[in-house]
Amino acid sequence: MTSLRNGPDAKGLFGSFGGQYVAETLMPLIHELAAEYEKAKQDPAFLKELAYFQRDYIGRPSPLYFAERLTEFCGGAKIYLKREELNHTGAHKINNCIGQILLARRMGKQRIIAETGAGMHGVATATVAARFGMQCVVYMGTTDIDRQQANVFRMKLLGAEVIPVTAGTGTLKDAMNEALRDWVTNVHDTFYLIGTAAGPHPYPAMVRDFQSVIGKETRQQMQEQEGRLPDSLIACIGGGSNAIGLFHPFLDDASVQIVGVEAAGHGIDTGKHASSMNGGTPGVLHGNRTFLLQDDDGQIIDAHSISAGLDYPGVGPEHAWLHDIGRVEYVPITDDEALAAFHQCCRLEGIIPALESSHALAEMFKRAPQLPKDHLMVVNLSGRGDKDMQTVMHHLKLEETRA
Amino acid sequence: MSRLQTRFAELKQQNRAALVTFLTAGDPDYATALHILKGLPDAGADVIELGMPFTDPMADGPAIQLANIRALGNGQNLAKTLQMVREFREDNQTTPIVLMGYFNPIHHYGVPRFIEDAKAAGVDGLIVVDLPPEHNADLCDPAQAAGLDFIRLTTPTTDDARLPVVLNGSSGFVYYVSVAGVTGAGSASMQQVDEAVARLRRHTDLPLCIGFGIRTAEHAADVARRADGVVVGSALVDRIAKADTPKQAIHDVLTLCSELAAGVRGARG
Repeated sequence: MTSLRNGPDAKGLFGSFGGQYVAETLMPLIHELAAEYEKAKQDPAFLKELAYFQRDYIGRPSPLYFAERLTEFCGGAKIYLKREELNHTGAHKINNCIGQILLARRMGKQRIIAETGAGMHGVATATVAARFGMQCVVYMGTTDIDRQQANVFRMKLLGAEVIPVTAGTGTLKDAMNEALRDWVTNVHDTFYLIGTAAGPHPYPAMVRDFQSVIGKETRQQMQEQEGRLPDSLIACIGGGSNAIGLFHPFLDDASVQIVGVEAAGHGIDTGKHASSMNGGTPGVLHGNRTFLLQDDDGQIIDAHSISAGLDYPGVGPEHAWLHDIGRVEYVPITDDEALAAFHQCCRLEGIIPALESSHALAEMFKRAPQLPKDHLMVVNLSGRGDKDMQTVMHHLKLEETRA
Repeated sequence: MSRLQTRFAELKQQNRAALVTFLTAGDPDYATALHILKGLPDAGADVIELGMPFTDPMADGPAIQLANIRALGNGQNLAKTLQMVREFREDNQTTPIVLMGYFNPIHHYGVPRFIEDAKAAGVDGLIVVDLPPEHNADLCDPAQAAGLDFIRLTTPTTDDARLPVVLNGSSGFVYYVSVAGVTGAGSASMQQVDEAVARLRRHTDLPLCIGFGIRTAEHAADVARRADGVVVGSALVDRIAKADTPKQAIHDVLTLCSELAAGVRGARG
């Protein structure tokens, strides 16, 4: 069998997805970045330093936790949670940020820029920029600033400048446009720390590699606890970095069923959703060819999700390819389904999950009861929900009003 | 010879640079934009870049972002942009038109269909900001095979090692983006322009047009003394944004175009 883990090709393509669709001004830097990353990932000193920060700064490995009460409640599959929400800064995002900032330092860059949706990537970027003494500018849509004020404050505490983006719907896509504009202007001294496994090559592969620590640990931990591979993996997908991090080390294990969960917002048939694979078509945006939400003229349609981190009209190109070849099944979960799962996880396990991760939990609640008790299921708990209190409170008030 | 070749050859004989003007198709609406488009040659535009609106113009500054929003808000799409070129060609067969924009609307329209329709409408060349030479197979190669010029952007970051890669497959002219940045932002010094022109000349015989940050007749004249063409975009688009009525928009854009043309035409005199 040919391995599914060798992508992308030299041009940055996974099948027909990915590539380097950016303005000429950025191309020389992108080639330099790709070359530097190739060197770094084979440099024992770089890998040693990365391992050090993963252990002593992030707090890895994150536990693979047997969720006994969720398992009892579902009455089927044996459920494990990969506890990425226990990482420093409260989500998987820091795995990637540590890797990229070490690379930025290696390349002599002193100024870091980033885009953020829910603010978790912004906080993780501001955190590593503080740790390494670099200037940090974070672009964030005004809609997201309104719903994620605590994270905005955290970024400022960490010394980052948060620049509000009013264009479009003021969400992640618009923040990414603005970050690209900054980059094209300040390309000589600036490192763009992209937060998900998307954008021009080498970002999708590089971010995946830094996040693959999730899947590698899961493999080893499951071996230790159960003596075998898991039977299924579930993770939520916005750009898809936590998911590809969990999935990638298992892609060649045919016995492992892999499920990615897209945000279906109000429902795919309402048009108000963020499911680019279930409700979109292939196109080119933000440096890569992938599945996008777009209209008949190829104009990008704004995404909708209750979860700011999934509110993006595209998806990382490796997911687009895995969808295309059918290795990973991508399913939609609505806002309401995610919220219900959020509450169940709080009450049954004493864990407040991020609304993003709640999408994965919702799919778990659908599948686990149908499965035998010896089925080993891993759900990636990619982030904690403290940042979502305002959104959930708002929703509960709406429900009270309706009742 | 293509329209672009013919035009640059004529101007070379006249010993003057080309004025290349940018307009977003459908900005602020179809009728007004068509009126401006048809008026540009008489106002002194030698080559016209017609922007294909896109929701996410990542390499554009605020002026052209807003132009895109105005045009899309009034129902502009790629089919209407091609229609606009067809209407322009009803009474102008000599002024080259270059479509400029981002790849996704073309990708969605379908590359073979787009090339066929653009050619039939009277389009002469394409500038697609997010298609570097690494993606020549996506559009550049089939477009050139069909006789459409593919104009590349070169920038201050395109070093001597990379220039041949960028210029290989370029045709029509070479567009030098004189500053690293988005459209309408800062501008380069004349010393930087001189250095850039000298460097590019070592690599290509194609006409060199220089843009980014050029807003006045004097500035255009300065560049026209050094290059084969001067590109003005955001300054013209700003006139549309500031106009209270479509009539005023038409008047103000064409007035600025005439001023710029006077600057360019008098530059080497």
